[in-house]
Amino acid sequence: MADVTAAALAERVARESYGRLVAFLAAGARDVPAAEDALADAFAAALQSWPLHGAPANPEGWLVVVARRRLIDGARRRGAAAEAQATLRLLAEEAAAEHPLPDRRLALMFACAHPAIEESVRAPLMLQTILGLDAAAIASAFLVSPATMGQRLSRAKARIRLAGVPFREPAPELWPERIGAVLDAIYAAFSHGWLASGDSRGRNLTEEAVWLGRVAVALAPAEPEAAGLLALMLYAHARRAARRDAAGRFVPLSEQDTAAWDHAAIDEAESRLAAAAKLGRPGRFQLEAAIQSAHAARRRGGVTDWLAIAALYDALLALTGSPVVAVNRAVAVSRARGVEAGLAALDAIAADASLGEFQAYWAARADLEALAGLGAARRSYARAIGLESDPAVRDFLVEKLRAFEAVSAPPP
Amino acid sequence: MQYLMMIHVDEAAMAAARQSDAQAIMAAYGAYTEAMRQAGVWLGGERLHPAANGAIVRNKAGKTSVVNGPYAEAREQLGGYYKIEAADLDAAIAWAARCPGAATGTIEVRPIWPM
Repeated sequence: MADVTAAALAERVARESYGRLVAFLAAGARDVPAAEDALADAFAAALQSWPLHGAPANPEGWLVVVARRRLIDGARRRGAAAEAQATLRLLAEEAAAEHPLPDRRLALMFACAHPAIEESVRAPLMLQTILGLDAAAIASAFLVSPATMGQRLSRAKARIRLAGVPFREPAPELWPERIGAVLDAIYAAFSHGWLASGDSRGRNLTEEAVWLGRVAVALAPAEPEAAGLLALMLYAHARRAARRDAAGRFVPLSEQDTAAWDHAAIDEAESRLAAAAKLGRPGRFQLEAAIQSAHAARRRGGVTDWLAIAALYDALLALTGSPVVAVNRAVAVSRARGVEAGLAALDAIAADASLGEFQAYWAARADLEALAGLGAARRSYARAIGLESDPAVRDFLVEKLRAFEAVSAPPP
Repeated sequence: MQYLMMIHVDEAAMAAARQSDAQAIMAAYGAYTEAMRQAGVWLGGERLHPAANGAIVRNKAGKTSVVNGPYAEAREQLGGYYKIEAADLDAAIAWAARCPGAATGTIEVRPIWPM
């Protein structure tokens, strides 16, 4: 019984405090791997000691003391006497202020999303250092091999130490750009989790990303884009159960049963977005959240205001110039102003060389061509099907292609 | 770089599939192949007959032996392959994830040793 309690406590502390402890331990020497190793040792020691001697009143403090001892031992063993002295001094200075432990997770997030760190590894780095996820779990969602992900993470951590990436919040003039990189990384974690989890059951990266979003909002309360990002993720997360029907088939947003949405999550998203808007500095994530808010409004009135959504996409496209936004805008335009207008909007981006492997473009194009009765829909559906990796979405598109072929003339 | 994507599938499940399901799978493979051609990554690829229709050949110490397949007693057997040109392993993995066989079986991605 005592075992279970100690293990459960260790797990709870790991969940709530892992990133806080890594950020605290790594800040001095900027040595993330050493901090992670020391913390892993401390957790192992806790699992041995707590069942025998009872859990400490301050589990975080207990772990910090043990991990700090490991860090200092490690520095001594490497013969890095000066380094050990510096670490000792830094940690000793903070010993008095340990209750509560200073929360340096935002500084750690800024280090993970620093311009010196390659963009594609920022989100994985955050998931590992703040939440303690292992490389293999992250690798699957990011569609790379576990060995590759492990190497990328080690290289990035070495770079933090060797390049002297700072563990602090950036100067005011750098803030907008740097917080943007932090939020982009959190959203990348969410998107990868979303795509890797067609199946709505079980814990996945989307929940971890929402957790990171909550940390960012708590630590940067004056940043409206942090709240906007959290709202955006909550709107999407609220629809997770409605993405599949009882038979596991894909259900597009416009056909989802609004009763299956998580209304508490949507309510929270609405209030987060409203709070962000009050700060009077609009941005990409607030606009994307506003679009999701307009979609969510269908739960009350039963209809979707496509004119409003198209207008929000206009603003978002002007801000980002992203081809993904351009495709979504074209779909909204087709609903607001007709299929021809939607196809014209897609034609406007058709020259983009990156579209060859861009599934969303071909799926949107196929739907609009089918609505317009154009035979080209056949080829576009085939491209969209071939580029899709989610089996449920692929089946959904195959069905649409069949339905189109059933009502259209046979190919010449 | 060139990669070989080997599609390992449950032959028994494929043989037992309803005709409509089998047609859907073939349609998905057709679309997948076309998407690879359009993206300029497709170099080749074929579907294979079941392993039991093949032969396992060895030549040990001048003595040739031939036995029936499959080569390995496993639930999944090599059912087909694609040879692709991809920028790196990540790009090859992205294509493997889209393969219809990834949903039911296993795709093994191996870099081709340049000669």
